[in-house]
Parts: sequence; structure tokens; C-alpha cells
Amino acid sequence: MILQGRAHKYGADVDTDAIIPARYLNVSEPALLAEHCMEDIDPGFRQRVSKGDIVVATSNFGCGSSREHAPIALAACGVSCVIAHSFARIFFRNAINIGLPLLECPEAVGACEAGDILEVDLARGEISNRTRGTTCTAKPYPEFMTGIIDAGGLIPYTRRRLEGGHA
Amino acid sequence: MATIAEKILAAHAGRESISPGELANVSVDVVLANDITGPISIKEFRKLGVSRVFDPAKVVMVPDHFIPNKDIASAIQAKALRDFSREQGLVYFETGRAGIEHVLLPEQGLVGPGQVVIGADSHTCTYGALGAFATGMGSTDIAVAMATGDIWMKVPPTIKFVFHGQLQPWVGGKDLILHIIGDIGIDGALYAAMEFHGKAITSLNMDGRFTMANMAIEAGAKAGIFPVDAATEAYVAAHPPTSGPRPIVSYTTDSDADYSRVIEYDAGNIEPCVAFPHLPSNVKPLSQAGTVPIDQVVIGSCTNGRLGDLRIAADILRGQTIHPDVRCIVIPGSQRVYGDALDEGLLRVFVDAGAVVSTPTCGPCLGGYMGVLAPGERCLSTTNRNFVGRMGSPQSEVYLAGPAVAAASAIAGRIAGPAEQPSTRQEVPER
Ligand code: SF4
Repeated sequence: MILQGRAHKYGADVDTDAIIPARYLNVSEPALLAEHCMEDIDPGFRQRVSKGDIVVATSNFGCGSSREHAPIALAACGVSCVIAHSFARIFFRNAINIGLPLLECPEAVGACEAGDILEVDLARGEISNRTRGTTCTAKPYPEFMTGIIDAGGLIPYTRRRLEGGHA
Repeated sequence: MATIAEKILAAHAGRESISPGELANVSVDVVLANDITGPISIKEFRKLGVSRVFDPAKVVMVPDHFIPNKDIASAIQAKALRDFSREQGLVYFETGRAGIEHVLLPEQGLVGPGQVVIGADSHTCTYGALGAFATGMGSTDIAVAMATGDIWMKVPPTIKFVFHGQLQPWVGGKDLILHIIGDIGIDGALYAAMEFHGKAITSLNMDGRFTMANMAIEAGAKAGIFPVDAATEAYVAAHPPTSGPRPIVSYTTDSDADYSRVIEYDAGNIEPCVAFPHLPSNVKPLSQAGTVPIDQVVIGSCTNGRLGDLRIAADILRGQTIHPDVRCIVIPGSQRVYGDALDEGLLRVFVDAGAVVSTPTCGPCLGGYMGVLAPGERCLSTTNRNFVGRMGSPQSEVYLAGPAVAAASAIAGRIAGPAEQPSTRQEVPER
């Protein structure tokens, strides 16, 4: 799958309260969560973001709570993937489980400025910066996780497993 | 050879041994969700095409975040949890018989040594205080575990923390864990298990250990684990299971276990600690906190809402008055804590000092309700997170500390230590 969009760039330790503040967690509908995505650290994000866009950050993206509302809100805003130096553990699982791809690639983060056009070849883990003409490769997923990603998330993956197919 | 985490995970994966980095499918003893994460888990569970959870006695639902329902939207979420729990016959705690999940589950005897516990709440790691492997996950992982009774995990490396020596007066579990997070940073234990050892740890009571294990996630850890000792055994014996069986096995780390790192501290050098905005790792010893006026103090949460915490706060507040510019909110962590604090006269102390005493809830800890901050306001809180906007306005500030500093600050109207309070100069209560 090829993803393409504009980069929205952030620094280190973007926590889940920043991605979707807890005060909005009295609902769980993706569209309602999307309305408040990134609101406390980047109030203009909702207006700027469009389908396919890519969030880029440095280390420990998604730290804090276990709320799956965080990757859900990003995906519901149209974000097609997140590229960072590193991800917090629970956020990583959650994003993969709901089918939001994450890529660990400090090189791509370093070479990118806000607003750059990025293209990501998920199968090859290749990240191309169309604005700057650079290309780099992300850390590959463990094989097992590719299974979840290919199935489209943990639920379809598990369905297959429960139905006795090979997952 | 093996650490506690490795032994528990090996046993639950049906393996002789297991090494860090390996992926394993492990069986789970308890699966947990709350009124924020549960509704999504339930929705995802329905998509799996199974009609029943794997074992209703092992699935626990606790409405605690926006409870009692703060508005219509949160009432709908809580109802989803209640309806599903009834339909499936799950272990469910109704408002008035509940509390904050991580105070409640140990107290109800639902979690114990040697178990694997997963919860759709990042502070599920709290149960590591009992020698369990407990970790937070998202709603979809929990949905799958509710259906299958197992979950995939990557075996974490273990970092050993040793606290030599003796704790200073008024220094407790909160100060030790803040000290660690200040030292290693909020991703200092990313993906790892933290194991706590040393003389100062052995002397720490269970409330202090729950506080430490609770905040392992604030260092990015997957779990925070204490070896089982006499204090653990006494706690487990005093809190028999209220429903269902509780398989318990105590594992000890082998003397030649492979730690990824060993970090040692002298507890005698550690002061009460305060985490400044906006990261739990932005920690200063109290003596370097300077003059920070505050508008609000919160004493409660799954970090410091246990009876021992309330006792420490009451010892400082007894006969004192909350500073005229401060709102002080005290929240017992569970209905049992609330009742015990009532019997001991602690709630009277808080009310007389001019504090609000609330029913058990998460409430202000996540900026939910009851104690939300306006722009420019500052709160000193015994909770575990101080991210931007965590307790209300993105222009507000949250400072984290233990119950002693919280109570003393409520009286002083600024961040202060208990040593400054006249009522506490003589005696220091047992931790
Ligand atoms: S008290 Fe705070 S940290 Fe603990 S479960 Fe509730 S919201 Fe989360």
C-alpha cells in the first residue's frame, strides 16, 4: 500500500492527553474524537489536516494512557500513518491493532519539515520525501505483526484464528 | 537465570523458560476494563463473532472515571459497561460498592502474586506490587483477551532498582518512584519490566508499593514488580477473594538473573519529591522547589488514594486549616477506604480543615470533573500525570507529589513540606 500526504511535525513525548484530551473521553465515536485531536498542543491541526496526511514526531510518541481513542482520533482525522523515532508501548499496540500503521525511522524524521509531502511504501517500509527528494527505510516490523497488519487489524486477525484458519 | 517477569510469563505460556525479546502467547488470569475503555472493548468483542467471554469470573468491569455519571454521554458509556456485564455475568462493581479500579481489585482479592493481569488502563501495572505481571493495553487487545483468554506479548527485559539504606522521615513510595522517573526519564524503562529491591523497599508498606508499581508506566515500563515477601503475604491473607478463585504462585528472581541494567540508590539521600509541569520526569527535590503558590490540592487517585495515604494527610491536617486561597479535594480510592477513613475519623479531620471529601472516583485526576482547572491555575496533586491539560485547561499546571507534601501545601498555600507544619514537628507516622 502506498500512502501519501503532508507532514505534521512534532517533538518528543507527545502524550495521549495531547492527542485526545481525557475530558473528551465521555464518548467513543471516532468522528467526535477527531474534532478534538491534538487540540491542546496544536489547536490548528484539525483545520490543517487532510486525508492521507502523516504525523511525524521524535521520541516516545503516544506515551501516557492506554486510551485507544488516541490512534482512533488520528485515523478519524484522515492521518494515514505516524513516523517517529520511537513509540510508547501501549500506543504502538493500539495503533497496529486498529490498522493505523506506525514507522520507526529517525532518519526520515530528521530529514522532514512540517508541510513536506511524504510518500510511504508500507510493504517495503520505504519513506520518500517528495519535497526534499530523500528516501529512507524504516525498521521492519516483527513478522508476527505483519500478520496483524495484513489482516487489517487485530479483530479480523483474531476472527480468522477463531474460525480455525491460519492467522 | 530468570527474573520474576520471565518466570511468570514462561509459566503462562506453557514454557520451561522464556527470554527477553521473545514473542509469546500467554494465558491471562484477569482481564479488566473501565467506563472509558470498556465500551470500545465491548464493541470490538461483538465483531469477533463469539457470544460469550472465555470465563466470566476472570473478566472485571469497573466504572470509575466519570462516576457517578457526570453527564449524559458518560452515563451512556457506564450503561454499556453495566449491560454487557449483566449479559455476560462478569465481575462488575456498581457505583457505591466500587472505587478506582487499581485500588479496588487488590482489596477485593481479585489479583495476586504470580498472575498475569491485563487491563484496558495504563495503570494496570499497579498489581505488580503484589508480585503479579500486570500491564496496560488498549481496548482491542482486551476485547480479544475477553474472547480467547490469552494475549500475545513480547517478553520484556528487566531493569533492577535497588534502594539501599533507610527512608528519610516523610519520604514514601511516591517520592521513590518520582526520584526514579526524574533520574531515568519518562521513556527510561520503555518496554522493560522494573523490579524493585533493597532494604528501603522491604520496609515499605503495601500502600507505598502500590504507588510505586502504579507509576512504572510513567517511565514507559511494561510492568513494575515487587518480590513477594512477608508484607505481601500478610496483605493477600487479609484480602481474600470476594468472588471466584485466585490462583497464587510466588516467584523469586534467581540470584544470577540477567538484568538489562541495575540501578542503585541510597534511600537516605532522597527527599520528598515534586514533579513540575508538564512531565512526570520533571522532578525536583522539595528543597529546590522554590516558592510556588497553588490554587488547588488533590489527594486521591489510584496512586495515592489508599488508607495509608489518607492517614498521612490527616496527620498533617489535624487541627489545621486549609489556606484561604486553596481548594483541597480529598478522594478516598474505594468504598472500603472511604468507610475505613470514616471509622478512623480521618474524614472529620479533612472536613474540619476545610477540604472537600468526595465519593471514590477518578474525577479530577484526568480532568474529568469535580476539580477541573481554569487557565493559569496551579494544582499540587497526588495523582500520577501532569501532562498539558491533564486536569483541565491547557494553560493550567499540575505538580505531582506524595500525600505528605500535598497536605502541607494545602495549609501553606504554596508547595511546602510537612516539616514546616507545627503539628508534625514531633511525630512522624509509620509509613
Ligand atoms: S485515578 Fe487517574 S490514573 Fe488512576 S485510573 Fe483513574 S484516571 Fe487513571
